[in-house]
Amino acid sequence: MPDASTPIQTLHRTRADGGSESAPGTATGKSRAFAGSAAPNPADAEMLARAQAGDHHAFAHLYTLHKRRIYSLCLRMVGNVAEAEDLTQEAFLQLHRKIATFRGDSAFSTWLHRLAINVVLMQLRKKGLSLISLDEAMEPNPEEGPTRSFGAPDLTLAGAIDRLALERAIADLPAGYRLIFILHDVEGFEHNEIASMLDCSIGNSKSQLHKARLKLRDALRAENRQEARS
Amino acid sequence: MSGDPSKMDCVEFQAQMPDLVASGEDAGAHPHLQGCARCSALLSDLTTIAEAARQLFPSVEPPDEVWEHIELALKREK
Repeated sequence: MPDASTPIQTLHRTRADGGSESAPGTATGKSRAFAGSAAPNPADAEMLARAQAGDHHAFAHLYTLHKRRIYSLCLRMVGNVAEAEDLTQEAFLQLHRKIATFRGDSAFSTWLHRLAINVVLMQLRKKGLSLISLDEAMEPNPEEGPTRSFGAPDLTLAGAIDRLALERAIADLPAGYRLIFILHDVEGFEHNEIASMLDCSIGNSKSQLHKARLKLRDALRAENRQEARS
Repeated sequence: MSGDPSKMDCVEFQAQMPDLVASGEDAGAHPHLQGCARCSALLSDLTTIAEAARQLFPSVEPPDEVWEHIELALKREK
């Protein structure tokens, strides 16, 4: 895959179960039509080729096609409208600079998301988050990890989750967990697509998603306990 | 580790959960869950969280100014 800026370039984790965009065996069995990972239609492919050749109208068309998803991803990651607008702008400027290097090894949408993720991660680093590279985003400190569910009987969420509480809990996740959770559970990308975007193994993507959900569960249960006390 | 799924303990089951959940198979039918309320509750909670997440954060369009800024920046770069 061509370069998409620095943080992801530094990440080369183990690939015990693959990690390339063509790696098999990641179907969830659920309908994920909202992920938008289907093959492009010929008209879009033609538009992409024209944009790669420097056609400004074709580039504008690509912006129209992808702006909603890229902006939404930025907004979900940083939680701030002005910042998300700046990041969207930067992501598409980067796209303009790099689009000629897209070789079609992965879906264009996956490649563009990878590029946008790099822009977001660089911004998080600038803001002083302890995030040097995606390596660290994917491997939060052990104390930031979820608790195990062994030992004492659990208090369950009983199937009811307060929407605001969940949004708060997601916002409080370490950046790496938040990224995986948003890409998979909110955006609907498959693990093989995420592995391609983040240059990690499919197993790593699954594992980090699981930890993110566990951490959210911890946070929601803590909030439920607090409410029960008050 | 036990090779028999019905003899798994909670540590073994939870170690397999990321793959099990991602496989698309009916994780709730795993033999370990027949006798383990704790892991059943855990799976139920994680499923609820994943389903609730789909209802969050409706995707939104960026304002028109974003494209205007991009065009301006591209003209400056020429």
